[in-house]
Amino acid sequence: MSLKISRKYVPLTATFVVFVVLFGIASLRYEGFASAAVVVELFSENAFLGICALGMTLVILSGGIDLSVGSVVGFTSTFVATMIMEYAWHPINAWAVALVLGTVFGAGMGCLIHFYKLPAFLVTLGGLFFARGMAYAVNRESLGINHDLYNGLASANIPLGGGLSLSLTASLFIAFFVLTFYIGRYTKFGRNVYAIGGDEDSALLMGLPVGRTKIGVYAFSGFCSAAAGIVMTLYTWSGNPLNGVALELDAIAVVVVGGTLLTGGVGFVAGTLLGVLIYGTIQQAIYFDGNLSSSLTSVAIGVLLLIFILLQKAIVSKGEEA
Amino acid sequence: MPDPLLSMRGISKAFPGVQALSEANLTLYRGEVHALMGENGAGKSTLIKTLTGVHQRDAGEVLFEGKPIKPAAPLEAEGLGISTVFQEVNLIPHLSVAENISLGRQRSRFGFMQWKEIRERAERALKRFDVEIDVTQEVCSYSVAIQQMVAIARAVDIDAKLLVLDEPTSSLDENEVEELFAVMRKLCAQGMGIVFITHFLDQVYSITDRITVLRNGQSIGEYETAKLPRIELISHMLGKPVDQLADTGSDGLSRSEAASQGEAWLEAKDLSKEGVMSSFDFEIRKGEAAGLAGLLGSGRTETAKLLFGILKSDTGETSMAGNSVGNPKSPRQAIARKIGFCSEDRKREGIIPNLSVRENIVLALQARKGFINTISRQEQNRIADKFIKRLRIKTPSRETPIRTLSGGNQQKALLARWLATDPDLIILDEPTRGIDIGARDEIEELIRELQKEGMAVLLISSELEEIERLCERVWVLRDRQFVGELSDEEISEKAIMSLIAHSDEMEGSDEAES
Repeated sequence: MSLKISRKYVPLTATFVVFVVLFGIASLRYEGFASAAVVVELFSENAFLGICALGMTLVILSGGIDLSVGSVVGFTSTFVATMIMEYAWHPINAWAVALVLGTVFGAGMGCLIHFYKLPAFLVTLGGLFFARGMAYAVNRESLGINHDLYNGLASANIPLGGGLSLSLTASLFIAFFVLTFYIGRYTKFGRNVYAIGGDEDSALLMGLPVGRTKIGVYAFSGFCSAAAGIVMTLYTWSGNPLNGVALELDAIAVVVVGGTLLTGGVGFVAGTLLGVLIYGTIQQAIYFDGNLSSSLTSVAIGVLLLIFILLQKAIVSKGEEA
Repeated sequence: MPDPLLSMRGISKAFPGVQALSEANLTLYRGEVHALMGENGAGKSTLIKTLTGVHQRDAGEVLFEGKPIKPAAPLEAEGLGISTVFQEVNLIPHLSVAENISLGRQRSRFGFMQWKEIRERAERALKRFDVEIDVTQEVCSYSVAIQQMVAIARAVDIDAKLLVLDEPTSSLDENEVEELFAVMRKLCAQGMGIVFITHFLDQVYSITDRITVLRNGQSIGEYETAKLPRIELISHMLGKPVDQLADTGSDGLSRSEAASQGEAWLEAKDLSKEGVMSSFDFEIRKGEAAGLAGLLGSGRTETAKLLFGILKSDTGETSMAGNSVGNPKSPRQAIARKIGFCSEDRKREGIIPNLSVRENIVLALQARKGFINTISRQEQNRIADKFIKRLRIKTPSRETPIRTLSGGNQQKALLARWLATDPDLIILDEPTRGIDIGARDEIEELIRELQKEGMAVLLISSELEEIERLCERVWVLRDRQFVGELSDEEISEKAIMSLIAHSDEMEGSDEAES
């Protein structure tokens, strides 16, 4: 074989090529697109989506799905805003409690999926309705956050030189990326996730802790969603029970565009980062153009998604022939 | 005798509705290869699974290195030094070879997994078996034989003292089997005990030291391989004492004149499929009942699947009524040639549980007609009623979902499905398994009737009496090849069993004429 890229890396490479091509086209078309500021913006604008998608990546790698992430984002943002503004909690306390709630919620769904052998789709669909309902139960209205800490954090940027700076939300996204990348590549837990997604029966017979890993994956996704909810409040300075509606679908889309196989076991955390950047690039390009409808983002993502599913199918069936 | 490495005594295990094991025993010494033999449902797998912690035993005791053990999970058994390589290779297909060997036991330094160490460890482990491959490639990019070696490397990588190999050779070719045996001998020389489960008798006699036979969940006995003639081993497995076997052929059944003469309706020459079946010739005439006999895994079902086009033959030539027609490419084509196939696994390959008896019966006929040419409801009712009556299918009505029927009646409905297509040849794979005696007699009666009407019947059965009662010609299979052909008076349980039992060296002398 003259092909130097291992079959394993084909989807990741394809994702990278798509990103470079899209960014290149946008740079040629729109003046000022090819700038560091736009790249930084890609991270800031999509931080909450990105953090959800990172959690989702591990869930999908394990062969599961988590539909509850958008609702958990909505609940967390409302919860944090309400606790700070109406109950005068310190934001740090509100964040800590929100992260614990998100993690426990995810772990709970994981337990239902593992112990009762229920389909993840249905359990997390239940979670979607439950968390959205809880968001409304906490507060029916959008609520602005006005707190010294929030005011202070707005300027807590990491200077990158050249007048550029990385916002707190973008830094959090990058931190979560590093964390998830580390889990996926360098921990037993992460490798067990791949094994379970690849062949759960084999994983069980190999003596891997299947139950613990599955529950852990949903707990991590819940943790990520809660963190994304907090990032949302930092980004919008408010909490709204409507936040993150259908965000789970965007998250699934960027994970798949990132080259992760929806059936589990194959994929890369880095692919998801690229998926988010592709998503962001399309959005930015439409924003730069000014004449294009924002609904084109959906159209473009939809087309990309279908192309990637076909690509994966081709790779998988080629693998079976070999 | 030294102390045994493993001693399982009086192991019982029940599942809802079945007593899978009752008081089974197994004793294994260090450095021996021990065969665990038995037909389907004998309890081999259950016994292994209770040993390795997949199932929990209901009763009995297990001593490993003299200490009582009761592992609650495979991981715990592994920790004790009991490793298993299961029938299907149990690896994670899209992870690398190296990772598959280390999975669950990787070591980390400063919280980071040491990938280099994982690779080196895998290379070392495989080198022990003289396997040198790129361990960073995905496991699924290698042949099954290599995957098998990887699975064994994984199993012994943890200082295993006891290795269970559950049908590791079923998809390997001869050279690969030899390589595997070399590895097994090496491991035994290092003091490991190996439990070897296989259907291949030649392999049992070439590698194992002792044999434990199970039947219906009970231990039949423990034998030294060298002192147990094959015919006795088979008689233990099938539960038929050698001296009680009737020597004479079947009686009473009059063979139709037409059946023994005339040209073949279907003739297949030199069919084979690599790794599945060695080359064989087959022919059947109209109105003839032929049988395929052999132990489980001998290639009976595979032969049928080759004839029916489910498996595609690599070689050979099929002709019908003397004209060459090419080997069947698909079941659809076989059906068009008026061949029907009643599969062994009713539940998975046969009935569609939630459809009605009528719908199940007309299914194959409809498939042949295509979806535009629908069969009218009236016609469907007529066909369904005809077969319900003719086969005496006991069902409240033709619209009853088939899953609510008893096994025997489901089998009859399945048979009706193929009869509705009016085939010239019907292949019946274990048509009487798991159904009661009354229904069995009815199905046998029906086979005779069909034959009288001029249909050719190919019967696959583990019940040697059934073959003896019904068939005019029998091919005997062993280790995925045809080892003999018997016809008319030659057919007896004993003759079939001795053909199954014969080793390669003895084959030539008393093989039946062909």
